[in-house]
Amino acid sequence: MSDIISNILQYPFIIRALIVGIFVSFCAALLGVSLVLKRYSMIGDGLSHVGFSALSIAVAMNWAPVVISIPVIILTAVLLLHFSEKNKISGDAAIALISTSSLALGVIAVSITSGINIDVFNYMFGSILAINQSDLTLSIVISTVVLILFIISYNKIFAITFDENFAHAIGINVKFYKMLLAILTGIMIVVGMKIMGALLMSSLIIFPTLSSTRICKQFKSVAINSAIISIVSFIIGLVFSYFFSTPTGATIVVVDLLIFIFYSLVGILKQRI
Amino acid sequence: MTLIECENLTLSYGNNVVVKDFSLKLCSGDYLCILGENGSGKSTLLQGLLGLKKPARGNISFVGLKQNEIGYLPQKTSIQKDFPASVYEIVLSGCLGSMGVLSFYGKKQKNIALNNMDLLGIGDLKKKSFKELSGGQQQRVLLARALCATKKMLILDEPCAGLDPIVAKNLYQIIKKINNDKNITIVMVSHDIGSAISHANMILHMQNKPIFFKTPKEYCESLIGKRFLGGV
Ligand SMILES: Nc1ncnc2c1ncn2[C@@H]1O[C@H](COP(=O)(O)OP(=O)(O)OP(=O)(O)O)[C@@H](O)[C@H]1O
Ligand SMILES: [Mg+2]
Repeated sequence: MSDIISNILQYPFIIRALIVGIFVSFCAALLGVSLVLKRYSMIGDGLSHVGFSALSIAVAMNWAPVVISIPVIILTAVLLLHFSEKNKISGDAAIALISTSSLALGVIAVSITSGINIDVFNYMFGSILAINQSDLTLSIVISTVVLILFIISYNKIFAITFDENFAHAIGINVKFYKMLLAILTGIMIVVGMKIMGALLMSSLIIFPTLSSTRICKQFKSVAINSAIISIVSFIIGLVFSYFFSTPTGATIVVVDLLIFIFYSLVGILKQRI
Repeated sequence: MTLIECENLTLSYGNNVVVKDFSLKLCSGDYLCILGENGSGKSTLLQGLLGLKKPARGNISFVGLKQNEIGYLPQKTSIQKDFPASVYEIVLSGCLGSMGVLSFYGKKQKNIALNNMDLLGIGDLKKKSFKELSGGQQQRVLLARALCATKKMLILDEPCAGLDPIVAKNLYQIIKKINNDKNITIVMVSHDIGSAISHANMILHMQNKPIFFKTPKEYCESLIGKRFLGGV
């Protein structure tokens, strides 16, 4: 065991990937609790597609990827939230529309300019090799901000997730907190995309909560469990992908899936007893 | 002291006008009971008063009242059936309105929550999961939450729906007590005319146009009241 650990930790790029990944999975899981329970999972998915096209267009144009994509994703978050508020059914469709169209635009922009180069490929499927020092700094700073905001507003986030109308009636600024959640999610997605890849990033948000709700009965335990599941599956996925040369993002998703199946079985067993 | 004033309030869903030209002044200590047939716009009116529904015309002004001083029990909640939350978590969340940006529960909030849970006889359900409770138990949890939020006014939409007669009677007494002791304004939609008349100090009857009665007595003697009292 210690052999494996020392083997892995001798490479700086792995250490960077580990740190970024742990921070990102932790925060994504926390944000996911509210999104999934509010039936807003589609927003996470939409945001990651839009994030991808923003990043790939930026790469194609030789612009700074993060500087471009963060404002774009914030704007999209506001837009998607607006759609899903208006009408649940057509809202879902509108989100799918935005996410696929933006993906299409991104792919076209890329193919016209540089073709699918290695950077774009990395954003699509994720790569631990691509994590550099500035990604590390960015992810630590942003994760810390997300974490602090989440802890400060935790109880209000609960109230809004549980019963938005009541929260509004007793004077909580529902709009503000929902916007905050959507924007933080968008930013988290941009930060995590390099490791997880755009196509898989939303699983980091959705899976942990989905698994936790199989067995947890309190909001708090769902939140804590999700954070733990998220970090554990990231580490297992990363280590596995390192030794067996599988794509990191995809491996993590598979680990998440296995955990989900395990939790579901435990949940079913618990009900039987 | 006046709390809420609304003038020529009109509420509608698209072209369907539900409440038309409604004016009302509520003072502290008032106990208003809203009666009327299904679909007559009672719940809509409450949502209007709370600011959950934007008026099509007219306006509502809070005078001696802030949004975070109102407790509310909705008739139909937007709560997901399988939401993982404990009773205690839910009741505590009623205290959030009066808290600032930093919303950590302290001793004060915890005591308020525990007291209200005891008041409604759900103290022993504290750790239970909301989704595993019976309908009446859930209703009591939401009532306890509403009581936590109540500082000056309590707005209740059919609070006794789903409660057994003993709990219902008990609840009317609790409501009357906080109305008397703490001078809290009560606005309640109810189909239980008997209790409405014995507890409230004014009655609002919803029809095509809301009709206001200054006292329950006046209501009983009116034509509408007689018709409603004698079985709808
Ligand atoms: N979300 C909505 N969208 C469109 N129309 C609505 C909506 N909610 C209520 N209505 C309509 O407004 C009218 C008033 O509804 P409301 O719920 O206020 O009645 P109510 O007096 O509370 O009835 P009940 O005694 O059944 O609770 C009804 O005719 C209903 O069809
Ligand atoms: Mg109603």
